[in-house]
Amino acid sequence: MIPAPFDYESPTTLEEAFGLLDRYGDEAKILSGGHSLIPMMKLRFASPEVLIDINNIPGLSHITKDGNTMKIGALVRESEIEHAKELIAHFPIFADVTKLIADPSVRNRGTIGGNLAHGDAANDHPAVMLALRANIVISGKDGNRTVPIDEFFHGFYMTEVQANEILTEIQIPIHGKGTGSAYHKMERKVGDYATAGVAVQLTLDANGTVTYVGIGLTNLSPVPMRAERSEAALLGKKLTDEVIAEAAKCASEDCSPSDDLRGSEEYKRHLVGVLLKRMIHKAAERAMA
Amino acid sequence: MTKHIKITVNGTEHELDVEPRLLLVHLIRENLAMTGTHIGCDTTSCGACTILMDGKSVKSCTILAVQANGKNLTTIEGVSAENEYNHLQEGFKENHGLHCGFCTPGMILRATELLENNPDPTEEEIRWGISGNLCRCTGYNNIVKAIKYASAKNRGIEPASTEPEFV
Ligand SMILES: Cc1cc2nc3c(=O)[nH]c(=O)nc-3n(C[C@H](O)[C@H](O)[C@H](O)COP(=O)(O)OP(=O)(O)OC[C@H]3O[C@@H](n4cnc5c(N)ncnc54)[C@H](O)[C@@H]3O)c2cc1C
Ligand code: FES
Ligand code: FES
Repeated sequence: MIPAPFDYESPTTLEEAFGLLDRYGDEAKILSGGHSLIPMMKLRFASPEVLIDINNIPGLSHITKDGNTMKIGALVRESEIEHAKELIAHFPIFADVTKLIADPSVRNRGTIGGNLAHGDAANDHPAVMLALRANIVISGKDGNRTVPIDEFFHGFYMTEVQANEILTEIQIPIHGKGTGSAYHKMERKVGDYATAGVAVQLTLDANGTVTYVGIGLTNLSPVPMRAERSEAALLGKKLTDEVIAEAAKCASEDCSPSDDLRGSEEYKRHLVGVLLKRMIHKAAERAMA
Repeated sequence: MTKHIKITVNGTEHELDVEPRLLLVHLIRENLAMTGTHIGCDTTSCGACTILMDGKSVKSCTILAVQANGKNLTTIEGVSAENEYNHLQEGFKENHGLHCGFCTPGMILRATELLENNPDPTEEEIRWGISGNLCRCTGYNNIVKAIKYASAKNRGIEPASTEPEFV
């Protein structure tokens, strides 16, 4: 399968890239890992007239801790996240999630920025970022703006990133002691998109009371979704079986999965409850470790 | 509109003018006439098209040739000298790690990076490591053994008995 013809630009600075985006507008698409975009172009689901390859722009591949914030450059590859010790020490959820994204060769190419900018609720990073309450840095020729993840996803393949902008960095607040995070998804086979996936991050105080919680769901709604009622069911409580069961019930009620080849709506509603219980336990274990 | 690119494949530099939509796997197979890199699924799933780009395994059916500009590529033709086997190739031969051989070039290049990062992988690590490479023939057990064999040889250890498994 061969994509429709297009022009290819490979700027070496962000300024140059903004100039090209300005010139080509909606006709251009940014190319990062290309592992969502190129398959779509091969199937002719997408046929941009110009590809703007940002891989040769330096300064977008960092993972750095800045005070209480972890900063991840948009071009960081999944395989780099897998081996990012400091990031994983603060957020073990990244060790869980990267292992479940596609396979090692795809992870050598796919970037975290592309995974989010693609705006697909079937991708795994959106739920993780919702659970971690990440902030997304979007850059344009007039400078940077920072958008909370809750305002980032607008619809199927639609995000807050405008046609003349580039997602450049992800910023994740580091919570204090007693914080743990976990992710799991059910997949039909290794490398498949999730039948259902759940991301949890929570903080427990010395008495075991939940003082902070974030929960994101994968592939259970048209737009990546935070399970707000489930979070409310946990916040300020101790993690008893009843409290956890209530959070699970809220998530199965509130999500809106579709019947498809991966399973029926009923099955997915059941699955999200099971996964949420497990991820709460796993995150809590890590919080107490 | 074509683009001028310069790539190094198995140590040899090539300069070509290519259409931006040319896929890297087609450049390798058609422009450079190296047909050891296969096309199985053409949808980033099977790994038959796996090569190394700057030492990292990638699926060349999902990379544009223009993206390989300035990069160093290794295909199956470049893993050992002609009529010689490296430890992985020898491992596949000794352990019946291939039947039809269609997946083998991709398996070997993926395993090359795997052993580079993790010289002594466990069976589970090997199975995760080749999870993006499908084989319709062997049932994988003998591929895992082949990679274990190469891992031992690379580390100067005599590989365990290579009795292949036929299931
Ligand atoms: C076989 C296979 C299995 C997969 N399985 C999974 C899986 O299980 N889970 C999962 O999460 N993903 C999966 N993926 C998708 C993969 O992780 C992609 O790499 C990822 O979705 C997109 O990242 P990319 O860097 O490749 O982006 P690209 O494909 O380059 O871009 C994707 C979209 O985002 C835009 N874009 C990219 N970067 C930016 C930026 N910095 N600023 C603004 N816009 C940008 C592009 O214009 C394009 O529209 C799979 C892919 C394949 C091929
Ligand atoms: S042909 Fe490239 S992954 Fe199957
Ligand atoms: S040996 Fe035939 S596909 Fe693997």
